[in-house]
Amino acid sequence: MTSLESKPRRGPWKMPFEIHLEPRMDQPRWLGWVVTLGAVFLAFFIGAIVLKLGGGQPLRAYGFMVRAAFGNSGVLSDTIVKATPLILVGLACTLAFSMKLWNIGAEGQFFLGAFGASAVVLTPLLPPETSPWLMIPAMMIAGMLAGALWGFIPGFLKARFNVNEIISTLMLNYVAVNWNNFFIFAVWTEGGFQMSPKFPLTAWLPRLTDYAKQFPELRGLTTHLGLVFGLVAAGIVWWILFRSKWGYEIRLVGDNPRAARYAGINIARNTVLVMMLSGGLAGLAGMSEISGVVHRLQGAISPGYGFSGIIVAWLAKLNPIAVIPVAILFGALIQAGREIQPSGVPKMIQGIVLVCLIASDLLLRYRVRVVRRPRGA
Amino acid sequence: MDPIIFLSAGVATGTVLLFATIGEIFAERSGVMNLGVEGMMLIGAMSAMTTVVRTGNPWLAVFVAMLAAGLLSQVHAIITIRFRADQVVSGLALNFAGIGLALVFGEGLSKAGAVALLPSFSFPLLSQIPILGPILFTKQSVMVYLGYVLIPLAWLFINRTRPGLHLRAIGEFPAAADALGINVVRLRHFYVFVGGMLAGLAGATISLAVSPGWFSELTTSGQGWIAIGLVIFAQWDPVRAAVGAYTFGALRRLILDIQGPTSILGLRNPFYYLPYWGFFLEMLPYLFTVFVLVVGSREALRKRLGAPTALGVPYVRGERGL
Repeated sequence: MTSLESKPRRGPWKMPFEIHLEPRMDQPRWLGWVVTLGAVFLAFFIGAIVLKLGGGQPLRAYGFMVRAAFGNSGVLSDTIVKATPLILVGLACTLAFSMKLWNIGAEGQFFLGAFGASAVVLTPLLPPETSPWLMIPAMMIAGMLAGALWGFIPGFLKARFNVNEIISTLMLNYVAVNWNNFFIFAVWTEGGFQMSPKFPLTAWLPRLTDYAKQFPELRGLTTHLGLVFGLVAAGIVWWILFRSKWGYEIRLVGDNPRAARYAGINIARNTVLVMMLSGGLAGLAGMSEISGVVHRLQGAISPGYGFSGIIVAWLAKLNPIAVIPVAILFGALIQAGREIQPSGVPKMIQGIVLVCLIASDLLLRYRVRVVRRPRGA
Repeated sequence: MDPIIFLSAGVATGTVLLFATIGEIFAERSGVMNLGVEGMMLIGAMSAMTTVVRTGNPWLAVFVAMLAAGLLSQVHAIITIRFRADQVVSGLALNFAGIGLALVFGEGLSKAGAVALLPSFSFPLLSQIPILGPILFTKQSVMVYLGYVLIPLAWLFINRTRPGLHLRAIGEFPAAADALGINVVRLRHFYVFVGGMLAGLAGATISLAVSPGWFSELTTSGQGWIAIGLVIFAQWDPVRAAVGAYTFGALRRLILDIQGPTSILGLRNPFYYLPYWGFFLEMLPYLFTVFVLVVGSREALRKRLGAPTALGVPYVRGERGL
């Protein structure tokens, strides 16, 4: 510890240049997207280096990933299926992050949403022969309510006891997984297997392939109605955030909580409401996945959608409309990642993308200037 | 279920949390919150396993684990201290990147089979103390003993030494520290590195001592996050952190051990006969973390104690950061 002198060290040689950071007063519109794209490219470049170090062939791997995600209408449809929950979860995170509420519990809210939707079918709250026109909305409501409840808990603890929501939402993720597992193993198990029985067809979201009789080219395409949920929700969240008074309050609290308090905004109430709506959106993602893809409740329903949603929201710069294309990019990553070795690659690339994004933020907030160090300094 | 065996295993399990929590206390005391503990622990566990598989030397493995996690922590340090980015988002990013890298480089490690572990031994004399001896000093891993030493050392360093004073100064009032000639930027880098190394040590303690092996993400199973919760409960104090860490360690052991025997205290053990209720047991550490946070946060509000004042605020000379 003796080397920790408080005096600045005087080295024999100094760089002849200094890097100065000057805060930007305003930033040109195009800069944000250019820097973001640059960061994504940099991330894939770093990912390539890591793959090379690990003994892989990065260019072939990337080429393979592009083909596996966008190569033909079949895999493109699969990519969109993967993007559907990401849109909804990305919106959930966008909403919460706009208020600087760090909801990283979207994964747990997603699981609870799947649980709520399954409870309608499996308890059963509605008999299997119920019309889909009633069954599907009931599942949507149950899923959103369960997700909203899972968002309410950390929101309430934050508002009432000032409990750090990052940790409480994350802890509830683990609780949610165990909660679902209990029902999968003990209550709704099908013959001792780790899954519930398959849902009746009335509880399935319609898919493109269901219309293959009229339009043969749709055969085998698995894209389901959940995509529409995501698109509509994107519009609604955009309207809330940028056109409604409530959204203005949310963004004001996020930008400057002190000013918001002076303006008379009820931060505690907004905290709870935003967490609930955020949880509800993630819950809807869980419902859409269970009803549109898996068609039963089981353990492995998410390759970490809730966590990818965080990165999606950040990459989209908390813009609900931009969430859609970004979610498709990440859907592609997940879709392609299923067939690539080693299996951690998509996760690693997502992590590196986020690291590069945050680092690149520097270029948006500051003008970086390299200046010659004055002599004798 | 022998309570002595259970408590002694609990202390070993708690040692992992202890290292990670004290590491995070160092980083946060300097004003930098690093939410990437889970990722750094996983990198530590993975590098330790990889090293020991390649070389068979567990000591080298511990060193490599600490170095790898420490280097990863510097990504966060550069982004938050030099680039002045949001510490929450950067920490989350570090977490994802760490987990991803650990999964990629850890591919195939789970099939490694038995490897050389860190030695366990009983402490002479001290192990003869009734009750405490068998719990604390009998057949424990060397890491557990290291933990005992670390608690008072960390406390003394922070509260009773000059570098510790500097550490507290840059976390509480960096502008004043800077005026005294303390290099805020360099010291913050250093303490983030210390936090990273201790997280790496925690990871190596898992894979080479407490629950040997590599189980991808399940190796750490959220303990990094529990450590961050414990920092708040501990109110940035290493001794309180030890209380929290060992309590949690015992709780984690209890959950494992309680599902074994057919009867407890002469009663039929419900967790043995209805194994699915174990899922509710598995929730307990996480629910307990939330509970501990509620208690810690209320206490902090009441006593007006709390986080280092400059926690989360980048330091820019000449700007009013606080």
